[in-house]
Amino acid sequence: MHKTPLLDQLESGPWPSFVKDLKRVAARKPQTADLLGVLERSYKDKITHWKHGGIVGVLGYGSGIIGRYTDLPDEFPGVEHFHTIRVNHPSAWMYTTKALRELCDIWDEHGSSVLNMHGSTGDIIFLGTRTEELEPCFAKLTAKGWDLGGSGSAFRSPSCCVGPARCEWAMYDTLEACYELTQEFQFDLHRPSYPYKYKLKLSGCPNDCVAAVARADCSVIGVWKDDIRIDQSAVQAYAGGELKPRGGATKWDKLDIQKDVVELCPTQCMSWDGKTLKINNRECNHCMHCINLMPQALRPGTERGAAFLLGSHAPILEGAQMSWVIVPFFEMEKPFDYLKELMTNIAEWWSEHGKNRERVGELILRLGMRSLLEAIGVEPAPQQVRIPRANPFFFWHQSDFDAEAKGRRYDTRQGFVR
Amino acid sequence: MTEPERKTDIGPPHYGQFLHPVIKANYGKWKYHEIIEPGVLMHVSETGDKLYSVRVGSGRLVSTDFVREACDLADKYSQGHFRFTSRHNMEFFLTDLSQLPALKADLAAKGWPIGGTGHSVTSIVHTQGWVHCHTPAIDASGIVKAVMDDLFEYFGKHDLPAQVRIALACCLNMCGAVHCSDIAICGVHRTPPKILHDKLRHLCEIPTTIASCPTGAIRPHPDKSLKSVIVNEERCMYCGNCYTMCPAMPCFDAEKGGVAILVGGKVSNSKTPPAFSRLAIPWIPNNPPRWPETVAAIRKILTKYAEGANKWERVGEWIERIGWERFFEVCDIPFTFQHIDDYKFQAYDTYRTSMHFKF
Repeated sequence: MHKTPLLDQLESGPWPSFVKDLKRVAARKPQTADLLGVLERSYKDKITHWKHGGIVGVLGYGSGIIGRYTDLPDEFPGVEHFHTIRVNHPSAWMYTTKALRELCDIWDEHGSSVLNMHGSTGDIIFLGTRTEELEPCFAKLTAKGWDLGGSGSAFRSPSCCVGPARCEWAMYDTLEACYELTQEFQFDLHRPSYPYKYKLKLSGCPNDCVAAVARADCSVIGVWKDDIRIDQSAVQAYAGGELKPRGGATKWDKLDIQKDVVELCPTQCMSWDGKTLKINNRECNHCMHCINLMPQALRPGTERGAAFLLGSHAPILEGAQMSWVIVPFFEMEKPFDYLKELMTNIAEWWSEHGKNRERVGELILRLGMRSLLEAIGVEPAPQQVRIPRANPFFFWHQSDFDAEAKGRRYDTRQGFVR
Repeated sequence: MTEPERKTDIGPPHYGQFLHPVIKANYGKWKYHEIIEPGVLMHVSETGDKLYSVRVGSGRLVSTDFVREACDLADKYSQGHFRFTSRHNMEFFLTDLSQLPALKADLAAKGWPIGGTGHSVTSIVHTQGWVHCHTPAIDASGIVKAVMDDLFEYFGKHDLPAQVRIALACCLNMCGAVHCSDIAICGVHRTPPKILHDKLRHLCEIPTTIASCPTGAIRPHPDKSLKSVIVNEERCMYCGNCYTMCPAMPCFDAEKGGVAILVGGKVSNSKTPPAFSRLAIPWIPNNPPRWPETVAAIRKILTKYAEGANKWERVGEWIERIGWERFFEVCDIPFTFQHIDDYKFQAYDTYRTSMHFKF
């Protein structure tokens, strides 16, 4: 074991210590001891000691393995190779202990015994092994029913919220959709063939617990179309303090229905006379605030589906983007054909026009939203924009004149009427 | 003997085989939930069934020993099932609340904290840092540990005006997607890449390296025999994207790299739309092993928010209401050139065009 006086200072304190945890493994594994040695050196030098990855992988796959080598192989031979394996996680990160122990057995045998539960995309991350361990590790994983996740310019492992498995607000089956779409795009997940990464996250409601709007090119967020269901006696119980605000998630004992709910409604579509809570559902914008505050009194409607949003990514290159509404509502029923078709059509348009390492959201900025919408056959709708343009510099295409001649008009509720 | 057939493209196991029996029986039938105490959720089904989920903090970077210990607890209390959340917490499922004290005692013995629900500070979503990444400006797990040690009191209580989501990314790539967090910790480089001319010609494709620069600061080297590039250092904003494409252009500097803090982002649609985090502090020295300046800066922002925010206000909603000029004042943060956006199309949307400001 290397001396780690700097890391040792992270063993104290109330939050669980990764240093303590890793030291247990280091006591039995030279490579993990060397990992702590390299990390200690970084703490001293204030610089990383990992080099760029080379091209490593398992046979037939172009993704799932991230090559990693230290720049100090002589001092820390155990981490000369220290590649990452991304193991595609199950929907909503639910496990049996049997399955998890099998994964631990495989990783104890073939790697560092260090892992992330979970990585940023959602995969189980096996952190650190040698090149010659990759194939045997992969064979053991697939024998137990596991496969690798995505990396590089590929479809990345989709992830989803806890959904109908344990949440009353799931507007569609996020777990099944996540599984089904992962299966549908297996080829693209393992063989990078897009201009850049392509991510999918599925949230069951506008609370967006997997941050789909910020962290996935393709963001599917559940929403309802009809009326919020109200239990007036439960509203009374919240007003009277028998039920706690937000199901007890706060320090406050009692809800002030007028101040906390009605006056904070962003569309001002609610009223409260001390006895009855009324909602003008036509004007509700599905923000979830009132439902979040009174989960026993208010429930989303029953005409359910999802919105499809596109384009989010972190700041590299053109600055961070959040996903934009493309399809405000569609039904999300198994086998999710509409979503599969939509994502395939988008990937085709992007693959045709995108530059190397250009995310789909950046391509929309470069070519214009109309280019995308026409390519995938989605009509313009006011839900797609926060506000219309303020400049007069808009294009007209021959197709607009043709449609005009045929008397096409737009109805805000029915869409285009031909 | 024939080789066994090599399995590929099977995808992950179907989640159905991993569902707790009460979850399986009540899938899609949940009616409402309550948080009966910080870290303990009760979900009630249309069928009358109840499920108690006990949320436990974890460090994300864990060992197989840790996972096996969690499995032991899940076998003892949770019928052999448990899950991880989108923020790296663990959740054990109880069907009988009378087991809670025993589970709590077992968790306490391990030093595993219960909390992370409701109006708390929950586990920090973060990246790899010095433990595995080739482009970080800062470590990840170490800063997270130091910050959570300091904010520990907020993990197991619902004391804040709303939930506070903290995330960390160890460089501008932002793998941790910190760009929509209440408080974001972001590693930043502050020096242009140092070009290793003798290595570049062997390691890098010059056209892709030039194309990787978002500000167009990279040009072919005028001396064609070098087969290298030059950087217009005044245009470089140290994103490191060229280094990702070309290992002969490292941009690390042990002293000049550091931590930036961004605040006020969120992803939920509740009341206000999802929002980006905005720059609060452009640079804090990179100071392992416990990053005291970073920890202190976050505590200051969090406590000023806790004092100043109205009920239900997220960090960004509080700042919008009081105004950014007031935010910088109450948090004692100097306003600098770095706070004024000058990056591409997003910049002009942030300059003030109204007389709605305060002194």
